[in-house]
Amino acid sequence: MSAPAFINIQNLSVGYTSQSGEIIRVLRDVSLSINRGESIGLVGESGSGKSTLALAALGFFKRGLRALEGDVEFDGIDMLALERDDLQAIRGGRLALIPQNSGQSLTPTLRIGQQVAEALRLHSQLDESDFEARVVELLTQVRLPEPATLVSRFPHELSGGQQQRVAVAMALAGEPDALLLDEPTTGLDVTTQAHILELLRDLASERNMAMLYVSHDLGAISRVCDRVVVMYAGEIALKGTTKQVLLAPRHPYAHGLLASIPRLTQTSLPLALDGRPPMPGETITGCAFADRCALADERCQSTPPALKQLESGEEVRCFHPDRIDQLPVVNKAAANKTVTQKGEVSADHGGDALGLNQLAISYAKPSLWNQLFSSGSTPPATVDNINISIRTGETLGLVGESGSGKSTILKAIAGLISPKTGHLVLNGEARLTPKVEDRPALHLRQIQMIFQNPDDSLNPRHTIAQILAQPLRLYFSLTGEELRQRSIELLERVRLGSHYLDRLPSQLSGGEKQRVAVARAFAAEPAIVLCDEVTSALDVSVQAAVLDLLNELKTQQGTTYIFVSHDLAVVKAISNRVAVLYQGRLCEIGPADAVYSGPFHPYTDVLLGAVLEPDPDFVPKLSADDVVELSPPETGCPFQRRCPRKLGKICETDTPPARLFDNGHQINCHIPETDL
Amino acid sequence: MSTAALTENPAKRQRYVAVLLDVMSRPSGAIGLSLVVFHVCLAIISPVIAPYDFKLQDASLMLSQPSNAHWLGADHLGRDIFSRTMLGGREALLVTGIATPLAVLWGGFVGILFGLTGGRLDEVLMRIVDAFLSLPWILKMLVLIVTFGTGLEVLIPTLAFFYGIPVIRIARAATHDVIARDFVWAAKARGHSRISIIWRELLPNVLDTLMVEGAMRWSWMLLAFSSLSFLGFGVSPPTPDWGLMISDARGYMSFAPWGVIGPVVALSSLIIGINLTADALAKALGIDRAQKAPV
Repeated sequence: MSAPAFINIQNLSVGYTSQSGEIIRVLRDVSLSINRGESIGLVGESGSGKSTLALAALGFFKRGLRALEGDVEFDGIDMLALERDDLQAIRGGRLALIPQNSGQSLTPTLRIGQQVAEALRLHSQLDESDFEARVVELLTQVRLPEPATLVSRFPHELSGGQQQRVAVAMALAGEPDALLLDEPTTGLDVTTQAHILELLRDLASERNMAMLYVSHDLGAISRVCDRVVVMYAGEIALKGTTKQVLLAPRHPYAHGLLASIPRLTQTSLPLALDGRPPMPGETITGCAFADRCALADERCQSTPPALKQLESGEEVRCFHPDRIDQLPVVNKAAANKTVTQKGEVSADHGGDALGLNQLAISYAKPSLWNQLFSSGSTPPATVDNINISIRTGETLGLVGESGSGKSTILKAIAGLISPKTGHLVLNGEARLTPKVEDRPALHLRQIQMIFQNPDDSLNPRHTIAQILAQPLRLYFSLTGEELRQRSIELLERVRLGSHYLDRLPSQLSGGEKQRVAVARAFAAEPAIVLCDEVTSALDVSVQAAVLDLLNELKTQQGTTYIFVSHDLAVVKAISNRVAVLYQGRLCEIGPADAVYSGPFHPYTDVLLGAVLEPDPDFVPKLSADDVVELSPPETGCPFQRRCPRKLGKICETDTPPARLFDNGHQINCHIPETDL
Repeated sequence: MSTAALTENPAKRQRYVAVLLDVMSRPSGAIGLSLVVFHVCLAIISPVIAPYDFKLQDASLMLSQPSNAHWLGADHLGRDIFSRTMLGGREALLVTGIATPLAVLWGGFVGILFGLTGGRLDEVLMRIVDAFLSLPWILKMLVLIVTFGTGLEVLIPTLAFFYGIPVIRIARAATHDVIARDFVWAAKARGHSRISIIWRELLPNVLDTLMVEGAMRWSWMLLAFSSLSFLGFGVSPPTPDWGLMISDARGYMSFAPWGVIGPVVALSSLIIGINLTADALAKALGIDRAQKAPV
């Protein structure tokens, strides 16, 4: 090696002392170097130590953690030996961090200009009088519209993507030589994420910065990074160029991780990675991944592998990098299942499980003033004019960006919100009462809901037995041994055992918790299961397992799913039919294959263009601005203000007609069928 | 049915054992809990082990200095201060020991009710609570005590009433937090009755907060009770009580300062003990929000 790298982390171990006095290592012997103008992606499951490593580059450790061994150098400066004041001069200045949700960490009472100026005051040599011009310059640099007027706005007046841009501008205020990004786009809509990533990519190359990009999203990493480091259980499992790691990973974990990502190009369910990573402090005798690895042999169980360099340049912590091609690539079993399932549905048509007729939902209450004097017009409904019939046994995917009303529709079906107009029809005959309190027991049992975050949907004070007992007691009046047997049966069906019964949710991993939530929904023997972003709080590998489970349960029981997600690839993997929503209005609905292969509604086209595939050669096409609209337009097409293919006046005044195709594909657009 | 499930369940029982062990494993919890246990034990056995009769007056010992026979000296009536200090917490612990659970119960009940009501009514009721809280507590309490007298039958309900009001705020806020969470929505969507949702989903989650709040209220109440005694509205002489003893000894502070040492140390050690325990309990239950920012 010639000169030491710009950011140089050598043999770093980070850990804490547990209550019993043991030293628990969160990071073990990690070495990483980043040169100027280079961007490195850091991936791994939650708990793999990737954020700890990124923060360590700042010389910062979360409460309780400390560096046990090793060095952290930034441009030749020993970050671990620096005094607090010197560290602070570097942090935020030459070495800037953009944390997750940094948009939300803007001070709500300070104007944008003041916040950015504050960063300048701390980290630049500029004179106070030059701040104003520089702030505008920075805001222009992050491509915010009308920077001169933006400076006097408050953070809440900006969209999530714009807030994130302000955070980037603040990080740039100190003219940093290196950027650390901790999940900078998580929680943003696909189109917004794609735009922010393009911005970061351009900034890095313009300013010749070193970048460390921490994310669980391999799609984002592939777009921004030159090299990728895969972390597992506090160790580096694989290091290589983005191409090497994403196209031909030489570590079984990286391989499994990639296979578990749902892709638009794939029709089947992704392959699940079974098991869970070891917890910090768990004794590991051999390879940390051995228990989950299909290639593991005796040596893997007993001897920890070292990180060694391959001829092709990657560094791999595995004894068998040459046997990776023996691992399965696609989920064959699931692929067959989906195919047969899709066939069945279209063949027998089985009647409608649920019909949404002219459904409109409004959150907005007219203000007291308007109520009293009936002045002013009522704002357009949050969700309007939804007509969808869901066939028995099919999975209907609902996709759209945040604010598209997809979760609102689910809540209305579950009876948690009353629609303004329109009604729901169950099994083609019975009209569903809007309020859950008024519904008969049979209807309650037939519709069950699974929520996004199991941490929030399972009562933390109840054991798994109590959680499962709730629907079983309520709907079937089971007690005693019968109740216990049925609970065990349910746990086994979601691939958990009876020993989980007496545990509390806090003693389970995220994936296990979501399985319990699935078991609770299926305890009711429902006809329709509403899935609200059920996998978005989970790691990709766990997500694949939950999707697989849902699909299996559906095949066994013929359950109908309504599957809401913002992730287009996930929806494609699991759905028979897909509905695309924008601003609470239906844009497009049809068989999954048709929706994803075209003809497209312009909005679907924009969404699909922004999806990032974990493939370094993939280039997203960004055709619409990432503006977030707060309320739908009063007349015309909901997408009129962002549409790249807007025809003209007609889009603003007339509700778009339904363009029908022979396979049941419907697109609501003014553009004629042949041009879509 | 569900209460049986609550007590029978091993994981539940384990949790409370684990919380207790966690409290004791923390320095603050270990010190605090031993102080509290020490005072409670002392209050129970002090009539048997106190070296002198607390009423016994000896004119020759009036305001005498600490000695081998009288470790903390004697008061202005020549009574042994050490014996009186040992006995001085009995009334305070009895009164606050009954009034604290009462305060948490009624305050918690009303707070949860307000929290569930929500909307405008809840806002109006809370503003009334706020207005009430803004009055100095001693004034409010004295009005009641002056009207109804100073017996235990007045002190206990008075303390319970006034110290239940801040609990309303806490219980209401905790209720608001819990009812917004998905597990409550999930129960609602399944069609459980309102009572069942309150009992099974809400209460277990509000209980932890109320427990910590109860411990904090206890220490405040002890202080209030001692203050009332100090002002002459609590325990009537010759019954020994820390507040009363401090009040008595105060007049002789300039030449017999040892008179206040016993009751002051006793009272403050108990209050510190309760506060440390409450602190450790909050951490053990995971509802400690005073996490420091990483600066």
